Amino acid sequence: MQGHPDVVVVGAGVIGAACAEALSAAGLRVTVVDRGAPASGTTAAGEGNVLVSDKEPGPELELAKASRRLWPELLAGLAEEIGPQASEAEWEPKGGLVVATGGESAAPLADFAAGQRAAGVRAEEIAPDAAFDLEPHLTRAVTAAVHYPDDAQLQPVLAAAALLAAVRARGGRVRPGTEALGVERTAAGGVAGLRTGAGTIPCGAVVNACGPWSGEFSAAAGAPVDVRPRRGMVLVTAPLPPGTVRRKVYDADYVGAVASDGADLQTSTVVESTRAGTVLIGSSRQRAGFDDTVRVDVLRAVAAKAAALFPVLARVPVMRAYGGFRPYAPDHLPVIGPDPRLPGLWHATGHEGAGIGLAAATGRLLADLFTGAPPVLDPAPFRADRPALTAEAVS
Amino acid sequence: MSRETARVAVVGAGPAGLAAARAAAAAGAGVLLIDSEPAPGGQYLRRDALADAAGTARRDRATALPAGTEHLPDTSVWAVEPAPGGGRRLHLRTGPADAPGRRGRTVDAAALVLATGAHDRALPFPGWDLPGVFTAGAAQALAKEQRIAVGRRVLLSGTGPFLLPVARSLIGAGARVAAVLEAGEPVTGWLRDPAGLAAGTGKLGELAGHLALLARHRVPYRPRTAVVAAHGDGAVRAATTVRLDPDWNPVPGTERTVEADAVCVGFGFTPRTELAVAAGCAMAGGFAEVGAAQATSVPGVFAAGELTGIGGADLAAAEGEVAGAAAARLLGFAARPPLRALRRVRRGRRFAAALAAAHPVRPGWQGWLRDDTLVCRCEEVGRAELVEAARARQAVGTRSLKLATRVGLGPCQGRICARNAAELVGDPALADGFARRPIAAPIRLGELAEDPRTAAP
Amino acid sequence: MGEVLKIRVDGEEVAAEPGQTVAGVLLGMGRRSWRTTRGEGRPRGVFCGIGVCFDCLVVVNGVPDVRACRRRVADGDDVRAQHGAELPS
Repeated sequence: MQGHPDVVVVGAGVIGAACAEALSAAGLRVTVVDRGAPASGTTAAGEGNVLVSDKEPGPELELAKASRRLWPELLAGLAEEIGPQASEAEWEPKGGLVVATGGESAAPLADFAAGQRAAGVRAEEIAPDAAFDLEPHLTRAVTAAVHYPDDAQLQPVLAAAALLAAVRARGGRVRPGTEALGVERTAAGGVAGLRTGAGTIPCGAVVNACGPWSGEFSAAAGAPVDVRPRRGMVLVTAPLPPGTVRRKVYDADYVGAVASDGADLQTSTVVESTRAGTVLIGSSRQRAGFDDTVRVDVLRAVAAKAAALFPVLARVPVMRAYGGFRPYAPDHLPVIGPDPRLPGLWHATGHEGAGIGLAAATGRLLADLFTGAPPVLDPAPFRADRPALTAEAVS
Repeated sequence: MSRETARVAVVGAGPAGLAAARAAAAAGAGVLLIDSEPAPGGQYLRRDALADAAGTARRDRATALPAGTEHLPDTSVWAVEPAPGGGRRLHLRTGPADAPGRRGRTVDAAALVLATGAHDRALPFPGWDLPGVFTAGAAQALAKEQRIAVGRRVLLSGTGPFLLPVARSLIGAGARVAAVLEAGEPVTGWLRDPAGLAAGTGKLGELAGHLALLARHRVPYRPRTAVVAAHGDGAVRAATTVRLDPDWNPVPGTERTVEADAVCVGFGFTPRTELAVAAGCAMAGGFAEVGAAQATSVPGVFAAGELTGIGGADLAAAEGEVAGAAAARLLGFAARPPLRALRRVRRGRRFAAALAAAHPVRPGWQGWLRDDTLVCRCEEVGRAELVEAARARQAVGTRSLKLATRVGLGPCQGRICARNAAELVGDPALADGFARRPIAAPIRLGELAEDPRTAAP
Repeated sequence: MGEVLKIRVDGEEVAAEPGQTVAGVLLGMGRRSWRTTRGEGRPRGVFCGIGVCFDCLVVVNGVPDVRACRRRVADGDDVRAQHGAELPS
């Protein structure tokens, strides 16, 4: 590509990739930098959730609904543009099933589902027997269940790779192994370039898509946003026969954990199969900074809940565990949009455990705001200058 | 759970682990010796049904456990994490391999010696996943311990001196060895290269003995030759051998079809590093980095044997002795500096370096593969699929390589394919990332879910 | 000869000795493969022989994904070939 990019996206995870794709689709010249390999951080640790089931009515659910609508369109467009192989992302609109196994969680689950229905989500309360039809290996201890036909799944590394392949096909660049160190400013105080370990890249705008490292990068850029890492662990079983677990199956306390500010370690069960036959078992949420030590007590808690949900899994081998860091903001909402303190700096981060699912709408919203197009949804709740983000000295 | 402040925990009961146990015991420390096999000895000192009485007596002496040792056989260490109060916490399961419901135990070790050994490296070629293709180590283990010859007419192909004792075991188990194919320069070259290899003087006599046995059984030993394809419908019936140039590219026109019902391959060794990586030990070039007293970068964790570099049983035992003494010393026992062992370590490392230099794996092997030759046996990923997916998806990191191509995502978790896959996509360093396996050995979900501290005894 | 164990292999009664691995018994019977891959249905048996490659997986007493090269036989064991991915019974 000749000349300087219009925009440099920092972070080649699924969020950065989606932003870069949307910006390049709008005709902008885009470069994506990542200090490591593309899609090798939080994205590589993701389960690939594209969920509407786990969000209470509010701005994040609106973003999730938009993203759920956009993902298949986006992937179909990529298939036409770069071919079915390069755009393959193992998209599966398999649906989700949330179950309660105790008397006390049945009523809150029904209330939660009613609220979501009011917000336009398909949330079908079904009898336990109907749940067993959907998931034959489910524990018979289920007392209530809600089926979410619109929950979907994709393979996050493939999805990010497809988005980045489209960026390259449009003349953009992806530069792995290039660490962003800060921004250069114009005399007027706006972004003049991105300083990297491989020299400065002159550009008019920088997008902070550094995921859990967004707090660090934004501070280095001179406009800190309060985004921090939250550790998550996933267990992977040996390959199992097709149909062992058919949907994304959660226990009903999942919703509580996502929005919670509570304990330093929370676990709730999410069980789902992948196209490769393995079953992924998540997930935990633990505040431990960037400490990537695997904690067996965390794995144990996740395993116990999964074996309770699907008793057949108790005698199945676990062959792998992996962890990642989810980026979260104090108010648990993503940060999408320009930073008024530093003209030319944009943020697309803070998606916690939902970045894979929210990526499609995040990229679109960012590009809409960037180009002045009518935004795909109301951007106000995600703005970078909301008080929850810039409150100083949150210890 | 036990908190071990007066005992040295040793993982692996091969030559390195046994020597570590002995040295620690000699210093007065108790020893907890953890091993996945039913009997001590590891791969090298495996119970040998083919041995004569003298050989059996030698092995019994070599695998005898020192007084004060608690031996945990049939036990896998499936996870390691920092222990509260220092040291490392080992999570163990004891019982029949891969059975559900093995007995769980948690040990907090203030002093830990990792001696986890190595496994054969196999290079892929068309047909290498047919039944009847084995690693050389498999042939050796089956012959010695199970009295099974892996075939009636067997081809051995690989590089390095380890092929020779394997040929010997195969002959002992009743197989006809069709040929021993050395892809590199002949091991007989050692006899003319005294510099570094002289450091392994004991080895030369052993080598001469193996060669004499091959000669007696009229087994051809062919340097610069390898098996580059195995043929058969459902199992090996024949193999293609070919002469190799110095880079291991096949020399056109030298292909021969050889009838064989088994092919055994061994192209050096790959260390078993998952526990060292999980313990947080710094790695260098795929091995655990150690200082003078076999100390890793993690306080209280020592490493010995093939985990620190491929060097054979004598070096492993010397390193184990040093590590065991150092581990005992850390616990406050007055271990004498094992000066003789330290000398043997220095000498052994010179030999190991010379051996590695004499038997490198050369890049020409990549030309043995066809587009559809499997690289990852578990996930059935072929060469072209791997290379193309890595290129199209810019998979330049280990995690993205795995997830974009599926190599290393199956049950073996890249233990067999990682190095080969990394070399095929042009970045051998990517192999290191595969060694991060927090679940170091398979465990059933129900076992993982159970807390051994609260489980009924 | 020492103690003799009786096990079943794909329904057939087979004598074995203590200390034998499942792979040792199967190879001793002349079997070369006892697993098919879940992708292409390729036959597999022992490859690495020391528990590293997971190619020799077999079903023992209704539990799949058992490494035949590492598992020692016990009297009464029921051993079955493993076809692709299987669930424990």
